[in-house]
Amino acid sequence: MIPMVNPALRVLPEIILTLFGILVMLADAVMAKASSRKPLGWLAVLGALAALAASLWQNRLPAGDAFYGVVRTDAFSVFFHVLIAGIVLASLLIALDAVSDTTEGLGELFALILFGAVGMMFMTSAVELLLVFIALEISSISTYIMAGFRRKSAKGPESALKYFLLGSFATAFFLYGIALVFGATGTTRIPEIASAIAAGHTPAIIYIGLAMLIVGLGFKVSAAPFHVWTPDVYEGAPSPVVALMSTAPKAAAFAVLLRIVYGAFPLLHDHWTPILWWLAVLSMTIGNLGALRQRNVKRLLAYSSIAHAGYLLVAFAALSADGIAAASFYAVAYAIMNVGIFAVISHAGGYEDRLTLIDDYRGLAWRSPLLGGVMAFFLISLIGIPFTGGFFGKFYVFVAALHSGLIWLAIIGLVNSGIAAWYYLRVATAIYSRPSESSPVHSLPRPSLALLLALVITVSGTLILGIFPGGVLSSARAAAATYTSVSPVPSSSGTSAADTTAQH
Amino acid sequence: MHLALFLIFGALCVAGALNLLLQRHPINSALSLIVVMSSLAVLYLLLGAEFLAAAQVIVYSGAIMVLFTFVIMLLNAGREERTRGSKMAYVIGFPGAAVLLALLADIFITHSGEFHRVHAGEYVVSTAALSGVLFRDLLLPFEVTSILILIAILGAVALARKEH
Repeated sequence: MIPMVNPALRVLPEIILTLFGILVMLADAVMAKASSRKPLGWLAVLGALAALAASLWQNRLPAGDAFYGVVRTDAFSVFFHVLIAGIVLASLLIALDAVSDTTEGLGELFALILFGAVGMMFMTSAVELLLVFIALEISSISTYIMAGFRRKSAKGPESALKYFLLGSFATAFFLYGIALVFGATGTTRIPEIASAIAAGHTPAIIYIGLAMLIVGLGFKVSAAPFHVWTPDVYEGAPSPVVALMSTAPKAAAFAVLLRIVYGAFPLLHDHWTPILWWLAVLSMTIGNLGALRQRNVKRLLAYSSIAHAGYLLVAFAALSADGIAAASFYAVAYAIMNVGIFAVISHAGGYEDRLTLIDDYRGLAWRSPLLGGVMAFFLISLIGIPFTGGFFGKFYVFVAALHSGLIWLAIIGLVNSGIAAWYYLRVATAIYSRPSESSPVHSLPRPSLALLLALVITVSGTLILGIFPGGVLSSARAAAATYTSVSPVPSSSGTSAADTTAQH
Repeated sequence: MHLALFLIFGALCVAGALNLLLQRHPINSALSLIVVMSSLAVLYLLLGAEFLAAAQVIVYSGAIMVLFTFVIMLLNAGREERTRGSKMAYVIGFPGAAVLLALLADIFITHSGEFHRVHAGEYVVSTAALSGVLFRDLLLPFEVTSILILIAILGAVALARKEH
């Protein structure tokens, strides 16, 4: 018998973030027009720290549902909550470093980051598809808005509009998928969907519903062939925002995908494994081949993020607890190194993106050995060289694929990693070559405390994952273990009342 | 009787939706949307969802449509320019939509035996049952929606504010 837990404690990090978001928003409104908004950023940092602490504390709660089986806190939700809180913390620090006192809409930016994080966190703990949908919308809409924050550049609004249109299209797919799954099973609760499928006689529309859910989430994680928005959006959005949106919403969407395919449709794995296999192969290949041709660093990293989504999907296709653990581990490793490299880009290029092309970064290491070295370190981690988080991320993913007999998938992945090394090294070479007299890296701003904190978090995170991966791996295994025990019986607490009303 | 009403308003709904897409003046599209929303309300009524039908008329056909027309008038939106459309829409979009429609139609026709059947008018969903679902079973999603609305407002203010 599970002891009663106050339901509010199961959504504690979300409540904290919402309160801090409202606080930032209200403080922004009452502050004098000319005063700096940076203190609000530190207030938001405090909120992210509190949410991080609350997420870690949730580990002590017994696993279980709350709010009539709508949210579930277990090792899996805590794992992704901590990850998202960490990304938000680092992104806020990066934003604090990049902006100036006169940057427009700063209060709103900090509030939106916090509110967006509420959505991403709910995505990872929701076991009711309607809550997943609303949380997905919160996370998406806040990123659409933040993508357009550089209103003076032509690329900013373009990027926001493109993201909004394609994102809404994807959301419509997701919603249609929910409707079809509801039509087939009569429920939108993830555990109940699994038991309805186990009970048999599920109408065939469930396959289309499942495919649509995967398409909708495929857009959100920018898996090929649903990736077309990624390079344009990353190019137009402010770099601190890209640090956030290339990692946190994707980690949350991957968590939803894990919950859906392993939590709701484990019995249909014959149907979704081939879909994810193809998504993985296409994402890796298109991402890496696309990145080879890029001259703009942010576009290059956009294609690289598509490729990394592909590596992560390899772990999905590997049907085993190892696969879930590898996917979760990879999500952490990718998030930390990607946030880290965007910390450097955002500092060197500033909020207004002064450095765009690879050539602009020529001589960065000569000008600032710290920034150049850190950027090269993250590039090495993105390649997947030992002693960095990227290495163990790829290692576990490909081992999981090999254990599941997906030899071809592992081979394609390894070949892709080789291709990827080429373009990452191209950037690294530029950083370490001698700068020309007119190189824009000569006017680098002084690193602020916020940047140093963000770099310490990301560099130490990548090193820890690369040298002592055991701690994070065992948490990832614990998160994965919540799925190996997926039973065809409906979950116990609180759902009986829902059942009776649903059957009216 | 039920079948006749369903066919009439179902057809009206689809026709309104198509007209919405084909019209080139935003006001005409908005008016077509009213047809779609109102026909949907009748379909809800046929399914026994009285409260939902009333809410549909009041909220969608009423409040939201008034807002739409206001915005169109305030922006003084004129006729759309006719473009050739994106190539992707012709190559992937239309065939994709057609395949999806065919697939769904095929499944609904050939697998119709697998679905539970109800006759129109068999159930009446009371407001009490509806509020039980909305304010108890789905209380959390209902409350979280307020954050969604909040960020939408925040974003509208942030993006539409005059630069200084």
